[in-house]
Amino acid sequence: MTLSDRAEEILEALWIELVEEKKEICRVSILKDDEAIKNLVRLGYIEIKSPQNQIQLTKKGEAEARSCVRRHRLAERLLVDILDCKKKLVHETSCKFEHFLHKGLDDNICTLLGHPRTCPHGKPIPEGPCCKDAKRKPEKLIMPLTELEINRKARISYLQTQERNVVLQKLIAMGALPMTEITLLQRFPSYVFQVGKSKFAVDRELASCIYVRVI
Amino acid sequence: MRKIVLVGSPNVGKSVLFNALTKKYVTVSNYPGTTVEVSRGKAKIGEAEYQIIDTPGMYSLLPITEEERVARRILLEEKPDLVIHVIDAKNLERMLPLTIQLLESGFPTILVLNIMDEAEKEGIIINKNLLEKELGIPVVGAVSITGEGIEELKNRIISFPQKTRDYEGFISYSLKDEIENIESILTSSYPISKWMVALLLLQEDEEIRKMVEEREKNNFPYISQIVEKVRSRYVNPLSYEVALQRQHKVREIVEKVVKVKEAKVTFQEILSRLTMNPLTGFPIFLLIIYLLYEFVGVFGAQISVDFLEKTIFGQYINPFVTKLVTSLIPWKIVQDLFVHEYGIITLGMRYAVAIILPIVATFFIAFSIIEDTGYLPRLAMLIDRMFKKIGLNGRAVIPIVLGFGCDTMAVMVTRTLETKRERIIASFLLALAIPCSAQLGVILALLSGNAPLFAIWAGVIASIFVLIGYLSSKIMPGEKPIFYMEVPPLRLPKISNVLTKTYTRVEWYLKEVFPLFIMASVLIWIGKVTRLFDLLVRLMGYPVQWIGLPKDSAVAFLFGFFRRDFGAAGLFDLKRSGVLTGVPLLVAVITMTLFIPCIAQFSMTVKERGLKTALLMAGFIFPFAFLIGGIVNLILTTLGVSL
Ligand SMILES: Nc1nc2c(ncn2[C@@H]2O[C@H](COP(=O)(O)OP(=O)(O)O)[C@@H](O)[C@H]2O)c(=O)[nH]1
Ligand SMILES: [Zn+2]
Ligand SMILES: [Zn+2]
Ligand SMILES: [Zn+2]
Repeated sequence: MTLSDRAEEILEALWIELVEEKKEICRVSILKDDEAIKNLVRLGYIEIKSPQNQIQLTKKGEAEARSCVRRHRLAERLLVDILDCKKKLVHETSCKFEHFLHKGLDDNICTLLGHPRTCPHGKPIPEGPCCKDAKRKPEKLIMPLTELEINRKARISYLQTQERNVVLQKLIAMGALPMTEITLLQRFPSYVFQVGKSKFAVDRELASCIYVRVI
Repeated sequence: MRKIVLVGSPNVGKSVLFNALTKKYVTVSNYPGTTVEVSRGKAKIGEAEYQIIDTPGMYSLLPITEEERVARRILLEEKPDLVIHVIDAKNLERMLPLTIQLLESGFPTILVLNIMDEAEKEGIIINKNLLEKELGIPVVGAVSITGEGIEELKNRIISFPQKTRDYEGFISYSLKDEIENIESILTSSYPISKWMVALLLLQEDEEIRKMVEEREKNNFPYISQIVEKVRSRYVNPLSYEVALQRQHKVREIVEKVVKVKEAKVTFQEILSRLTMNPLTGFPIFLLIIYLLYEFVGVFGAQISVDFLEKTIFGQYINPFVTKLVTSLIPWKIVQDLFVHEYGIITLGMRYAVAIILPIVATFFIAFSIIEDTGYLPRLAMLIDRMFKKIGLNGRAVIPIVLGFGCDTMAVMVTRTLETKRERIIASFLLALAIPCSAQLGVILALLSGNAPLFAIWAGVIASIFVLIGYLSSKIMPGEKPIFYMEVPPLRLPKISNVLTKTYTRVEWYLKEVFPLFIMASVLIWIGKVTRLFDLLVRLMGYPVQWIGLPKDSAVAFLFGFFRRDFGAAGLFDLKRSGVLTGVPLLVAVITMTLFIPCIAQFSMTVKERGLKTALLMAGFIFPFAFLIGGIVNLILTTLGVSL
């Protein structure tokens, strides 16, 4: 049973208000005779409590909603980092995009992106099963430099740009920009990497802002 | 006179090139309002005289460090007739973005591909003619340390075309329309092209924003509006977008002009890896410390000092000068100013020349060698994790290691640290727990032959360094430090470089030290004549006795106010006469090591960190040194230890 786009959007908004922001009362405005709402109630995802028509997520609904948010934020990451989408367009596009990322597919995208922790706006991306697996066996396409195998050739995919701006400026000064080839030479006591013919020593904080893809 | 400005990233050989071009009339000064040094010199090239300015290292026209801000300000304010961009030929891809920024700004530019020797060794072949065509400017290959390419550079300066082309649109930015839009609104005149002004505005450059706000009073709100609008359309900071698009063009150019042959792994490369691998790196570090000890501690502080002190001063200078002065000047009081116990020559000069100079000179030779090989960044990367615990990052090893040579100079060098918090912590630790080479040399000599004494001393000082560093990193507010450092190739030190560096440092040191030592002798003399000295010695006698030292050592501590090493040298005299041994000797040495920074270091701290901070530090250190001395004394005497 698939949900309509509108129903997914409602679940997302509810989850953000009730779970992520821990608000007591939900401010999502609804129309009681909205088809999507009726459908959600019928599926047992939400409950409407009298007397004030309070909407609440059920256990089942919460899991579904979490997964919607996850897909939305993963879609944003994909659009910004890989497809180079402009900010204005990101929200609208990802709202359409997420509905294609059906279950299972979202884990593939997550793996491709190296299990990112935040969306481009800095909001946390709820973990999926793939992220938990990845902690056990690191087999990913895109990963932070800190996890790259020593002496393995890789190419920079993107930089974690939500970090402090000074960090980004430093990475630019080092020439560690997307598309550049990079090799990790050692990771202890500091991370040492090579870009072109230059070597740089950096700390963990900086190294984990560089996401690379093995070539 | 026409002006040439040298720019480029750190460590690409700008200074070497600057020296090769100028030879004479060099002045080094702080850039107004900052602590960054800028050298200016004159050169005759062809028939014309030029002023040449060497700038601090810069990576991009969008500055992040103090050095970069100064370098850019020079470009904006000096109106150079010609800019020479010096780059490391091995790293074209990383360095060409700045060349392009210079061209986009409208500066007449010559590109120097320096360090060609290393590039060739690494199998990098650059088609210079093609690069000239791609960029539309003269490109000169050079090995500035051997002088190769300097003549060609001079010829290119002479024949530099009067008119240069326009680089607007050299890179097709996705922001092109907006840049052009802003450009068309700018009505005032600017030291760089309006295209670049617009580009920097979009990248949130504070300084440029202020400049535009001043010059475009009417249009400014409208301009900000455009900037805001563009910015909201992108998720990533615009500086990042711009850097990416510029890099794209650079990559295209590099692919056309550079060919890389697979190069063999060189011995240097293997050695380089060994210095960075923790398993071999730390033993190598210890080996270096050991060699340093042999050279500075044994050759400098023992053999050379012995020779200069006992033979040169003891047998020749002192007897001769004393005889001369006593026969020329009949008054004992005036004689005392020059000779006898505290005379300018017999004490001040003897300390400065015979005890301090050999130690400091050998240390600076060793430090310059280590610096020139490129070892220091490797040490920084080995030690970063540990330094983070005391609120510093790996970069701070440079001032801290230099502190073992001369704390005063090291405090000056703390300005290269990025955050104010790190600069304060580093200056504080230098003042408290880093003995300078002269002091260290004397301490080693004092404790020599008594391993337990030395071990306790080193243990106490090291624990205090770590403990106080840890505490101050907890207390001091401010951003956490970030560590990043380029690791240059290991190079064999160049003798001429080492000599120049040692020479400038020793010269600086002597200028700093001589007047102080002479002043100290004069002050002591005045104090003696007026009896003030006795009073001070008596006052100083109290804290000294509290920590279980003989009263006579008060004199040495009083000297310590002038320079730490002066004080330590005073202890040396006491030990030799048998007044100080065992536990009191250890307590005296520990207290003296921690003791208040000498006048020179204190005034440097005031200059770099401000009077309030410096006074706070001194106010903590003075009682703290005696407190620790007292505690050590108490513990050892209670335990009945005799050393
Ligand atoms: N092999 C080689 N080393 C060079 C060359 N030019 C400079 N160096 C070395 O590079 C280091 C940095 O040079 P310096 O002039 O201090 O760089 P700056 O920071 O740009 O002023 C020094 O150790 C120089 O000896 C060169 O052409 N070839
Ligand atoms: Zn959505
Ligand atoms: Zn988001
Ligand atoms: Zn995942």
